[in-house]
Amino acid sequence: MLEVIDLHVNYGGINALRGINLTIEENQIVTLIGANGAGKSSTLRAVMGLVKKQGKVLYKGEDITTLPTKDIVRQGIAMVPEGRRVFADLTVEENLILGAYTRSDRKAISRDIERVYDTFPRLKERSWQKAGTLSGGEQQMLAVGRALMSNPKILMMDEPSLGLAPRLVRDIFEIINVLRERGNTILLVEQNARKALERADYGYVLETGELVLEGPGQVLLEDEKVQEAYLGVTR
Amino acid sequence: MGDLSIFLQHLANGVSLGSLYALIAIGYTMVYGILRLINFAHGDIFMLGVYITFYGILYTPLPWWLVFLIAPAITGCIGILLEITAYKPLRESPRITILISAIGASFLLQNLGIVIFGGRPRAFPVPKLLNQVVRLGGVSINIVAFIIPIITVLLLMGLNYFINKTKTGMAMRALAKDYDTASLMGIDINRIISITFFLGSLLAAVGGIMWGVRYPQLMPLMGTMPGLKSFIAAVIGGIGNITGAVTGGFILGLGEIMLVALLPRLTGYRDAFAFVLLIIILLVKPSGIMGDKITEKV
Ligand SMILES: Nc1ncnc2c1ncn2[C@@H]1O[C@H](COP(=O)(O)OP(=O)(O)OP(=O)(O)O)[C@@H](O)[C@H]1O
Ligand SMILES: [Mg+2]
Repeated sequence: MLEVIDLHVNYGGINALRGINLTIEENQIVTLIGANGAGKSSTLRAVMGLVKKQGKVLYKGEDITTLPTKDIVRQGIAMVPEGRRVFADLTVEENLILGAYTRSDRKAISRDIERVYDTFPRLKERSWQKAGTLSGGEQQMLAVGRALMSNPKILMMDEPSLGLAPRLVRDIFEIINVLRERGNTILLVEQNARKALERADYGYVLETGELVLEGPGQVLLEDEKVQEAYLGVTR
Repeated sequence: MGDLSIFLQHLANGVSLGSLYALIAIGYTMVYGILRLINFAHGDIFMLGVYITFYGILYTPLPWWLVFLIAPAITGCIGILLEITAYKPLRESPRITILISAIGASFLLQNLGIVIFGGRPRAFPVPKLLNQVVRLGGVSINIVAFIIPIITVLLLMGLNYFINKTKTGMAMRALAKDYDTASLMGIDINRIISITFFLGSLLAAVGGIMWGVRYPQLMPLMGTMPGLKSFIAAVIGGIGNITGAVTGGFILGLGEIMLVALLPRLTGYRDAFAFVLLIIILLVKPSGIMGDKITEKV
């Protein structure tokens, strides 16, 4: 469904990505793990057209490499950016409305807002509050809810569980499961490698801009190198 | 009795001058909010608005009120054009480059004005309906002094609705804070920037028309002083903040008129008032009355 071919990203001399290839099949959960600075966020941002890149991105077989971000979103790809990035001056509800910016079906939009509120009741209580006044965890919920509002076919999440209490982490992963059951495809970047690999159909391991390992989630969980480097298993 | 009615006269004048500053200041502050750019050509856009109205009334068969409606829309489109030609190609460049381009655009518009409109001052054709004086107590006040604040308030209410209640307005507020995340929502950044320039230039033109009715003399350099003062108004109010720009505009307009009224000896320093106020604000509260902390956009 989404194919990334020989992707390079340069930041003024720094080679953040040096030719990586990813394949994400429809209705799968795919995870991308790696240490800090490995290039995970760069990968997602490059797919969304937020950073200059070389290589190719295919979506449903079509080349979307040069599309501007707004059109990539219209194709059905959404992203939860790293570090929440909610619009602090806008209310919770306005953030959600903007998440649906590409849609014009008013009724369905308000139904989907309710659905986000059902998923995150905390947001409903605070719907008129400015997003900047929410706690970090609540902002993360809002960022996820906002991305869902575009009704994406592919949802890319950059460390959605970062800084959340264990219960909320569980909630987020629960949502990821629900989304998959609804037919969505998910590309998940996570620090929480164990939780991500447990759920992932397929995983990629990124090290300083290059893919060093890939395979089904369960297989990667068993891999010695992965266990040592990302799962904190010592032997 | 004389004192009170004279005071009221000054008040009316101050409020209407403040309205004009406010209308122009909004354009500075909206553009700054989105692009972090001081659009030095904004005062010249104001000038163009007045000239377009002037030619519309004198050289087209259209009734004046229709010209008053069409000219701001045309000026708005010129604002869009200004952004596309002078600023958009430099969007990735260092901020100083864009700023220099803005100064260049300002000179270009002024000199084009001199070439096309001529350097000689012209008289603005004030419609008779607007050229009336009402007597209030012992003093006479031009009805325009009442009409200007009313139109300004109506426009401000419309703008307020647009910014706060419409999806495009929300997108504008989002864009002012975070380009990347706004585009992740599917927002067309170029479109929103164009709308911002359109609205700012349109309001400047409305201000310009009312300026022409109030002070009926046109010159290609007429935008400089009102532009500068409105910019100061925007800074006083907190640049980037629309309510602040309006507040700053009224403070400046009222202050200027009252200074001349209460201390006639200082009349010659009228234009200096804005700058003194600016210096005070920059010393006391550099972010302006309503400005948040000055933050760098990532
Ligand atoms: N805008 C930028 N300018 C310059 N260098 C950058 C920029 N963004 C990222 N980098 C560099 O590119 C490399 C990859 O960064 P990236 O953010 O993709 O890593 P990451 O895997 O998401 O890390 P983390 O887990 O810390 O979020 C890093 O070395 C980083 O310093
Ligand atoms: Mg990252």
